[in-house]
Formats: sequence, structure tokens, C-alpha cells
Amino acid sequence: MSGPTVELTIDGVPVVVPHGTPLLEAAREAGVDIPHLCYHPALSSAGSCGLCLVEVKGKLVQACREQAQPGMEVCTDGGRISRLRKLILELILSDHPQDCLTCERSGACDLQRYAYRYQLDANRFMGPDHERREAAPREDNPFIRYEPEKCVLCGRCVRVCAEVQGRHVLGYAGRGFASEVTSPFARPLTETNCELCGQCVAVCPSGALTERERRFTGREWEFRVTTTVCPFCGCGCPLTLHLLKDQIVRVSGGRDGFRLCVKGRFGLSFVHREDRLRAPMVRRQGKLTESSWEEALSSVAAKLREIREQHGPQAVAGMSSAKCTNEDNYLFQKLLRATLGTNNVDHCARLCHAPTVAGLAQSFGSGAMTNSIADIEEATCLLITGSNTTEAHPIVAQAVIRAARRGARLIVADPRRIELADIADVHLRQRPGTDVAWLNGMAHVILEEGLWNSEFVEQRCEGLEELREALAPYTPEAVEELTGIPADDLRRAACLYADSQRSTIVYSMGITQHTTGTDNVLAVANLAMLTGHIGRRGTGVNPLRGQNNVQGACDLGALPNVFPGYQPVSDPSARAKFEQAWGAPLPAAPGLTAVEIIDAARAGEIKALLIMGENPLVTHPDQRHVREALAALELLVVLDIFPSETSELAHVVLPAASFAEKDGTFTSTERRVQRLRCALPPPGEAWADWEILCRLSTRLGFPMAYGHPQEIMDEIASLTPIYGGISYARLDGEGLQWPCPHPDHPGTPVLHQEEFTRGKGRFHPVRYQGPTEIPDEEYPFALTTGRVLNHFHSRTMTRRVRGLQELLPEGYVEIHPADAAQLGMIPDTLVRVTSRRGSIVTLARVTQRAQEGTVFIPFHFAEAAANALTPADSLDPSSKIPALKACAVRLEHIGPD
Amino acid sequence: MRIADLPKYELKPEEIKAVDQIISKHKGKNGAVIPVLQQIQKRIGFIPIDVQKKVAVQLGIPDKNVYGVATFYSFFSLMPRGKYNIQVCMGTACFVKGGKKIVDNIQKELGIKPGQTTNDRKYSLQVTRCVGACGIAPVIIINDTVYKKVNPLKVMDIVCSLE
Repeated sequence: MSGPTVELTIDGVPVVVPHGTPLLEAAREAGVDIPHLCYHPALSSAGSCGLCLVEVKGKLVQACREQAQPGMEVCTDGGRISRLRKLILELILSDHPQDCLTCERSGACDLQRYAYRYQLDANRFMGPDHERREAAPREDNPFIRYEPEKCVLCGRCVRVCAEVQGRHVLGYAGRGFASEVTSPFARPLTETNCELCGQCVAVCPSGALTERERRFTGREWEFRVTTTVCPFCGCGCPLTLHLLKDQIVRVSGGRDGFRLCVKGRFGLSFVHREDRLRAPMVRRQGKLTESSWEEALSSVAAKLREIREQHGPQAVAGMSSAKCTNEDNYLFQKLLRATLGTNNVDHCARLCHAPTVAGLAQSFGSGAMTNSIADIEEATCLLITGSNTTEAHPIVAQAVIRAARRGARLIVADPRRIELADIADVHLRQRPGTDVAWLNGMAHVILEEGLWNSEFVEQRCEGLEELREALAPYTPEAVEELTGIPADDLRRAACLYADSQRSTIVYSMGITQHTTGTDNVLAVANLAMLTGHIGRRGTGVNPLRGQNNVQGACDLGALPNVFPGYQPVSDPSARAKFEQAWGAPLPAAPGLTAVEIIDAARAGEIKALLIMGENPLVTHPDQRHVREALAALELLVVLDIFPSETSELAHVVLPAASFAEKDGTFTSTERRVQRLRCALPPPGEAWADWEILCRLSTRLGFPMAYGHPQEIMDEIASLTPIYGGISYARLDGEGLQWPCPHPDHPGTPVLHQEEFTRGKGRFHPVRYQGPTEIPDEEYPFALTTGRVLNHFHSRTMTRRVRGLQELLPEGYVEIHPADAAQLGMIPDTLVRVTSRRGSIVTLARVTQRAQEGTVFIPFHFAEAAANALTPADSLDPSSKIPALKACAVRLEHIGPD
Repeated sequence: MRIADLPKYELKPEEIKAVDQIISKHKGKNGAVIPVLQQIQKRIGFIPIDVQKKVAVQLGIPDKNVYGVATFYSFFSLMPRGKYNIQVCMGTACFVKGGKKIVDNIQKELGIKPGQTTNDRKYSLQVTRCVGACGIAPVIIINDTVYKKVNPLKVMDIVCSLE
């Protein structure tokens, strides 16, 4: 226990707790459960239910509000305390439906538990004339059922909505007997700004708020529970699955035991969908038909052998998966490298954070989030750029919102008016693709105004003089010219960022998905080093990774230039180590990146492609180009859980187990390695990816035999220094954050504390170069792409979740009202969006969120695929990421559909 | 009362102007919601939902805060009130002296429940807690006039004499 402590006794039991602990929490230390309804440890205290009254020196105090004092003697129950509690419960229950027989909360209900504990077998306040609130249950949205009659007005849901989620949807209405919790003006939740995160359901102590879909599908005491990790974004939230007969009935858990987003809490039913792949499929006479594993694997192995013999190992490539486990990824790259003899292995990180991996490695020596998610809350100033955090990383956004509530300054730099811009101190709206200019501009102001941290720079960094010289032209006025950001706003942002105790930068694909992606990242790193806002809690450079295990897929070497742990394939000593461990000669030349693999396939140089859990036909830029490339292959093998746009083109499709059906580990965006646990058997004949890879490798003459993913992790640990201390035995709790070099190492929540991974932090002067494709007369709009809250990536999973699909069934293009007016567009009618690559038809959503001259399209919808428009030929030279965030399009009004 | 059942009310241009003025006068001040709603109610006679939304947006506070206040205080009405707003005191003294009967009679005669307005918008009925006039109980208040020692059986005489 750090910090000052207090000693007191609870019912005669002495306890020691940190200073400032409420009595209710202190009592838990003594093993005493003080009843309470309105109190929740993560929320401000309301002190309204009155159940937690305890006695201190004969005086009644509220245990949720009274803080522990030295020497306090607290009596928590018995005598008048019990009588008072009984009275309060009687009053609540006099107005509460007694339908525990069918109530979904039964068995997990606080009210029920207390009623039993205080022996409420009769109620003095219920009589023949008894008046009771009457209100019908409400199901005005796909996920949350609200039964107002069961509400005890504790206000937890109201507070969680405001304080944790920052939405302020739920509130009280009415007075006295008629009081109720409701949305504003009693609108259906889907018509408010509710995100349906379900935090209110998670904290509700009675049956008032429950999961709508679980109704009559299982009772609390019948469930089997499995603790695992969410399969959606990179936040890495722990999940507890409640299962009945191998069906997921409900989901609990999350950060702090209750924080999840709409996808994690309500979006897992895809696991049970009928159209899961259940048996291997082989293409016969042009049609995919079911086959045995024997036939499928032997046909893949035979064809791979043939291609390798005829065209050499460089004619084979693999796309690994940021959705699969670390163990799956490790085996996938091992299969490509050791079994097949090629470094042509990559995955979708190429399309999201390749510049981060390249750029931060140059600046700091390590290309990952420098700090932890929880740590973001401790910042006193936050710069959020190129990250629509509330939609793409909802749980990180909660940390941002909490920090802002506590008074931290918030700078948002984003062309779109994203939700966080509403609570920001400064919103910088740069034109897409001009990030180097404003980042340099901020650094310029910081140097000019003497706001830089000279001590930090002198001791820990190098290359300042070159940087100073390069920054000279980036005066705020010059930057305004280039970016459209008012000079004074830039100055203000620079001052806020530099002149704060702990500033953190949070960024995502708005920074990386440009032809200057790596330069953008370097410019971000320059800012952090210049001000010394790195290497401490609450500071740092924090790239948010998009997929559940994109960090792990990179860590485990599903990249063409490095082995697991970022050990370069070109380094002879690293190669020797892996050759010895794997017992196979390994190629020295780095392989092709994902975009290059597609190009090479189209050119006929790559003949065989293995794809594990990816859908490049929807996710890679320039869809037509991708389709041609995949069609040109002699062998396309797809491992997946569902048929996808890509698998339709495959020669062989192999059914895989979903996240809920296998063991393994995921590494979240904060470098936290966490245990994924098998909760139910895979459907039909599906196997876990690692099992498929082992059998395929064995058939190719390179036996891989692992009894359990744990054995794979042991091999990973022995070869990968940053994972050196990681074993399943150590992952039972919260997991471990790498680097974790040896079995006694506690993991590393904050990188670069004493010195940078590369020794000294290196400033890299970067010059502004505009986007390669700028709007012109023919294509007058800039297009940016991105995510929305309710869907995930190519929607293979979320389109199969009824409620998510209901919330947002189709794609759209966001247009500024002025642009829409000029084009004569009517909101919610169809428009054609055309780029130099292709054309799509989608709905026009006219909104102030868009910037004038810039449109936004979510990339989830294959039916209106953003990647039909985006270019595959303008790449960032060092990381090879395509410019997915800035290309030119034109719009044409079509009219109502 | 259901929010969906509330009548749609189009504000007149001068009312919109007045609402804007009221809000801008209080903008940026703590605790602005109650005085703003009071003045709007005084000016328009009630507080339409759209006006509540406007108050929230312009004061920069969540909708639910305005809605919560507007529904909490009996002073505020979400629907138009009648030309004659009849408030019947149901404080303890008035109640024992026949307040309940007064309400029952008016309900029966006008065909409206407390909180409602007659279709011709002439009368609306409200029940209030103690108005602090126990010495002259039972009392009713119609617009700004207090009627003392009201005979429950003759209350309609007062109501009908209002023309």
C-alpha cells in the first residue's frame, strides 16, 4: 500500500486502509459486506439510498461517504441499524413487482439479496389500497430492456452515463412518487445520443435494466462462466462469458469489472450464427464444395509443393491475422519462413500502423504505445489526433473523458468534428494530409516561445540542431496557409501541450494512413521529446492499435522484415538463432509487404497465397486491383470463421475456431498480453487456426506438434526477448505488459523511463509534403475513411449481429451542409462517389461533422466499399502504407432510392 | 401524461425572440436553468419540449438536466395552460377542510384531471401543496387571485363567475 494509511476497527476487526477510503470499502477489508444500492466504487457518491448507515460512537453515518479515520470504531449491523435497513427495504419493496420467479436479474440482484438477508417476509406498507407505480417495460432499442417498475432510483445508471461514458442521456424526470429514470423527453434511446454501451445495465442493482436478448434464455445460477478477452478492437477488455449449454447468454466484466462498449457487451452472438464455416471446402469444377480435412489439406499441400518446386519459395506468400492469437500468428510466420522458406508474410497492420512501427522505432527504438490506457487518465493535457476515439476505441475514450472531467486540457486535431471535439479546449481542423505542417508548427512555437524542456532534451535526446533548422519555416502563419488551422489556435494548442505537467499524445490512423505516414509519426515523436512528455506516467506517445491482436501479430513477426520480437531477418545472429531453434534454413532478404503481395500476385509473381482471418477484398485499397490479383492466383487458401468476400474467390477454404472456441493469448494496444480461454467447442469440424497450421506444416514435410497453445507460448518466450518472461501460469490475472524479459519481471507499463529503448531519443527533421492526390477540378473533394462504433472492419462479424445491423444497416458518406447545398443534394438520398479507381453509390449524410471540401466514408460496408475508391499505388516510402486517408473524389446526386 | 401526446406548438416569431433574449441574459451563469425556465413560462405560459432543447443547447448543458428540472417543479408546465389556471391547495389544513372535495367537484364539472386543460383552453386544473394560507382554509388560487374559505359544494360558482 503506497501513501498514508489509516488504522481502524470494523465490528472489532482491525484493518489498515489508504487514507481517504470510505468506510464501506474499509469494511470489505474486514470481510464485511455493508448493504448499499446507490454506491458504486467507480462513480461519485450519491448517498441517497440510506442502506449503508453504520454506527460510529453511537452516531449514524453513511458508510459510502464517511471516510475512515484513525482509531475509528465502526459497528456495521445489528440493533437499530438492522431495523432501519429493514424499513428502507420495506419502503422500496412496497413499490416493487415481486416477480423474482421470472426476473432475469434473480440470483444476481442486490435488492433480492438484501431482502433475504433482512428477512423481509412481510411488508407493512403493502395493503389493499396500496398504490404502486405502473409502467410498461420499454424495449425501444435492440439491446437494453428497461422495466421502470423495478427501478429503485439509486441513480447508478444516471451517473455512469454521465461520468464514465460522458453521454448524459439518462436523467431523472418527475417528482415524488412519479419520479423515474428516463432519457430526455422520454425519447427512445435510439433517438438520443445513447451509444447502447450497456454500462447502465452493468451497474443496475435490480432488474430494471437488463440485456434484452437474454430474456428467458437462462438463469444466473445455471451459467458456466469463462473469463477471456474481447475480440473486437485493440482496447483488450477482459470479458466474462456467461454460458448455458454452450450458448453465450450474457457478457459481463470489462475494465473495472463493468466498462465495455456496445460491441463487446452485445455483439458476440455472431459466434452462434448458422452460417459459420463448419467443414473444409474445396473448389471443384469452379464451385466451392464441402470436403474432408484429409482432402482439403492434402490438396493444399500438394499444390504448395508444386508451386514451390516450379517457381521457388518466393512465389508463395501469406497474410496473417490481427484477429488471431499470438500463437496462431507465431505459427503462421513460422510456417511461411521455416516450412515454405519465404519472408513473404504480412498482415493488416501494414494498412494501419506500419508507420508507427517504423517511425517510433527510429525515434525511440520501440514502435508501440509508450504508456497504458489507465495512464491516459492521469494526463493533465491530452492531444488527440487522427483518432475518433469514442467510436474506434470506446474504452480509451472513457479515459479521455474522465481526464477532461478532472480538468485536464484537451486538444483535438482532426478534420472532422468528432465527438471529443465537443469537450475539447481547442479543435484544430487541418485539411487532410497536412499533418506534418501543423505538428512542425507546434514544435516551432514551442521552441520559439522557450516552452521546450531543455534539461530533458540535453540529457536524453539527440539531433536538436537539425530539427531547429528544419522547423524554422513553420511559423503559425505559414502553417495556417498550408493547413487551414488559424495561427492563434495553433499557438494556443502548442502552449497547452508544452506547458502542462503531464501531456500525452493519442493518435491513430488519421496520422498513419498517408503517403507521409512515417513522417507524421516522426513529427509526433519530436513533439513529445522536445517537451519531455515521455517516459513518465500520464505522458507519452500512444498509437491506438485497431484490432484485438494487431500488436501481437506485429510482435510475433507476422511482418516481412522481422522475426518475433522485431529481430531483423537480415541480422545474421538473429537468423542463426531461429535457424537453430526451428531446424530449417531461413531466407535473409525481407519479404514483400501486404500491398506488394497483392501487386506481385497481379503481376503473376506470387502464385500461392495463404490468408488467415483477413478479408483483403474489402480492406485493401483499390478493390478492383485486389480482385484481379486474387483471381490470378493458382492457389488461394483462406482460413476463416465465416464465408467472406475474399473466401468466395478461394480454391480452398478451411473452417477455423472463433475467439470463444480456442485458447491462446492476445496482446492489446497497451502491450498487455492476456489470456484467451476456450469457452465452447467450435462448430462442425472447425479447428483452431494453430491446429490447422500444425497439420498443414506436417503435411508439407515440416512436422509441427504442439499439444496446447501453452507449448507454443513457451517456444515464443524462449526466442523472443520482449516476451521472455511470459508463460500461461503468469497470465491468470490482468496479464503482463511487454517488455517482460524474464520470469520474475513484472512487465513494463511505461516505456522509456530511464532511457529510450534505442539509448537516446532521436529527433528526425521532417519536411511537409502535401498528399499525392489533391482535389482538383475533376475530383474536387478530399475523401477520408474510418470506423464507426457499431461495426468492425469488413463487418464479417458485426453484420451477423442483429442489433448492430439494425442500428446501422448500411454505409453512407458524410458531407458538409454547404457542399451538399452547392451540389443540390438532399440528405439521406443516394449519391455516387467516384475516384480515379472506381465508383460507389451510397447515402448522403449531411452533417456539420464533415469539413467543407472533405467527405468521410466508413470502411466497413462491402456494399458501398470505401476501398473501391482508395488508391493502392500511393505508398509511404518507408512503411509502404497506402494513403487511405486522403484521396480525391467527386460526388453526384442521384436522388431517392 | 405521455410526452408523445403533448400538442405540437409552433412558437410565434416574437416568442422565439423573447426566448432567445431570456437565454442569452443568463448564458454562462451557474444555476441558470431555473430562472430561464421561469421567465419562459411567464412569457409563453408553458415550456414546450422544443424550447427545452433550445435552452439545453444554448446553455451548453445536457437535455436531461433541463427536462429533469422542467418535470420536477409543479410550477412548470409542459403543456399550455387554460385562460384560467385553477390551483387547489391540498396542504394539510385545506385538505381536512374539504380540499379533496373541491378537486373532485371541479374534475367532475370540467371533465379534466389535475394537470390537464379543457379542450377549449379555458380552464386548467392543478393541485398544489400548502400555499401558506392555512388560516383561511380551504383556498383555491385562480391566476393571481386567492379565494378563501371556499365551500366545496359551491366552488363551481366561483369558476363560472370568471367571465
